[in-house]
Amino acid sequence: MDLELQPGELRFLIGPNGAGKTTMLDVLCGKVKPSSGKVIFRGRANAVDVSKRREHEIARLGIGRKFQTPSVFPGLTVDENLEIAMSQNRGVWAVLRAKTSKFDRMRIEANLELIGLADKKRLRAGLLSHGEKQWLEIGMLLLQEPEVLLLDEPVAGMTDRETEKTGELLRQIVRKRTVVVVEHDMEFVRRFASRVTVMHEGKLLKEGTMEEVQRDERVAEVYLGRRRDADAVGSTA
Amino acid sequence: MPVSPTTTRGRLWLLAGYGAALLLLLAAPLYLSDFRLNLLAKCLAFAIAALGLDLLWGYTGILSLGHGVFFGLGGYAMAMHLKLEASGGKLPDFMGWTGVAKLPWFWEPFRSFAFAAAMGIVLPALLALFLGFFTFRNRIRGVYFTILTQALVIIVFTLFVGQQKYTGGTNGLTGFATLFGEPLKSPGMKTALYFATVAGLLAAFLLCRYLVKSRLGKVLRAIRDGENRVRFLGFDPSLYQMAAFAVSAALAGLAGMFFVLHVGIISPSAMAIVPSVEMVLWVAIGGRGTLIGAVVGAVVLNEAKSGLSESFPDMWTFFLGGLFIVATVFLPGGLVGLVRQLAGPFGRRNPSHEQLGESSGEQQPVAPREHSG
Repeated sequence: MDLELQPGELRFLIGPNGAGKTTMLDVLCGKVKPSSGKVIFRGRANAVDVSKRREHEIARLGIGRKFQTPSVFPGLTVDENLEIAMSQNRGVWAVLRAKTSKFDRMRIEANLELIGLADKKRLRAGLLSHGEKQWLEIGMLLLQEPEVLLLDEPVAGMTDRETEKTGELLRQIVRKRTVVVVEHDMEFVRRFASRVTVMHEGKLLKEGTMEEVQRDERVAEVYLGRRRDADAVGSTA
Repeated sequence: MPVSPTTTRGRLWLLAGYGAALLLLLAAPLYLSDFRLNLLAKCLAFAIAALGLDLLWGYTGILSLGHGVFFGLGGYAMAMHLKLEASGGKLPDFMGWTGVAKLPWFWEPFRSFAFAAAMGIVLPALLALFLGFFTFRNRIRGVYFTILTQALVIIVFTLFVGQQKYTGGTNGLTGFATLFGEPLKSPGMKTALYFATVAGLLAAFLLCRYLVKSRLGKVLRAIRDGENRVRFLGFDPSLYQMAAFAVSAALAGLAGMFFVLHVGIISPSAMAIVPSVEMVLWVAIGGRGTLIGAVVGAVVLNEAKSGLSESFPDMWTFFLGGLFIVATVFLPGGLVGLVRQLAGPFGRRNPSHEQLGESSGEQQPVAPREHSG
């Protein structure tokens, strides 16, 4: 399948379980090396084939990834989590000598306000609730300042209120960068008027706006009518 | 002892505690017999190794069961210098017995104390970097890394026993007489070496504290919590692991040098499996992930070891094994964790601190509070 993203675009990846959505993100961020195919970052002038790079190099190029389960560092405080996530020189010596400048401090404080964890900044991240961990991770990604942000089910397991707040966060994030979101929650996807890519069994099924996608028969088949179509699939096979 | 590290009062108590401990150490020659002083000096040397191991295991999450090798390399470097000094201009005695006619080239520079002391730190660090390069870059970690460090112990042990011509074989190196021309056994020298060890321990402690408090320390703890996640933040964990491993090995080497000066012998048995595992026990029982825990563990266990083996020579190993089981099951935070638990209720007068796990940056006490997980 082909997937092309424009700078500043918000794209949703949807599809039934096992469609390969998460794998797609894994390939983009280097967690999985593709057996064939290319991942070209920043077309034209300074194009880079990301699939040849190691994970930390890809992250430094400006591709950030949020995993499905919140993966913050439980032994570090909220503040410390943000401090190490911040975009910076990540060499061993530079990190040893690093001082948190006033500017850095301001960035972290502003971020804490944004994700709503300002009064919990000294708490160990392991003690946060599920939703708070997700926000912290989004905050970490924002400070990392990637050009492309890959989010895997950012609202999974959240309460309605948490989902709403996450939606607001996403809207702020989207303003500045290219974002790819894998999402199951159709209600959530519908709130963002943006392009949707439907995947099925590792292949591209349909690309378009939410309305177009919902009107598409094959999508409805894959999503809604699995049981009903079981024999139909059988007859064509 | 610390009441609550997050309060100003708690920090004052903590500082007072450290001050008292340091005074107690500095005044030790006044109230300890020569024999006891020598014993304490040996324990303090072990504490340096424990600090390094804690940096690696407690903070970075890498368990090495091969630190005896780094300890031994440091010990041999110092022993080579002492042996050459003891032999005067002549060939070391064991070389004569094994038919070596001329001093091997790599022994030659060890005539210089400065060279020997530098090698005692640099060689272990280089070996750690070498090993780390091939393991961490290939993402060998956890129990697989630990097994490799055990293999390292066996290889180095066999090498040192086998190369009797150059290493003194099973007997190791002993029969030292002087350092800088001063007899090692003179009371003045004993006291001077004791103070040197206290200074070495203090320097090692301050170095580790600096590392742990720096942003590097935070990255190390992040690697312990989630190596892969660190990678996606743009850090190359293998470089950080190599750095931690090298510093840790260098500290073990420093400890080995002091050990030789106090004990007067180094043999391959000092770098075998049992001493390597014992070092891990010091850290586990003292409290891993806290620097003071490593120091306390090393000193308390070694003092207890000599005390117990004086009265019940056969019982010590059983006791050690039992202690390890008790510590693992009931004291995941080690002795330091126990003290903190006991001090906890008093420190929680201010309810807001109940929610604050630990403070960040400069306000942090000795070492962050954390789960050993």
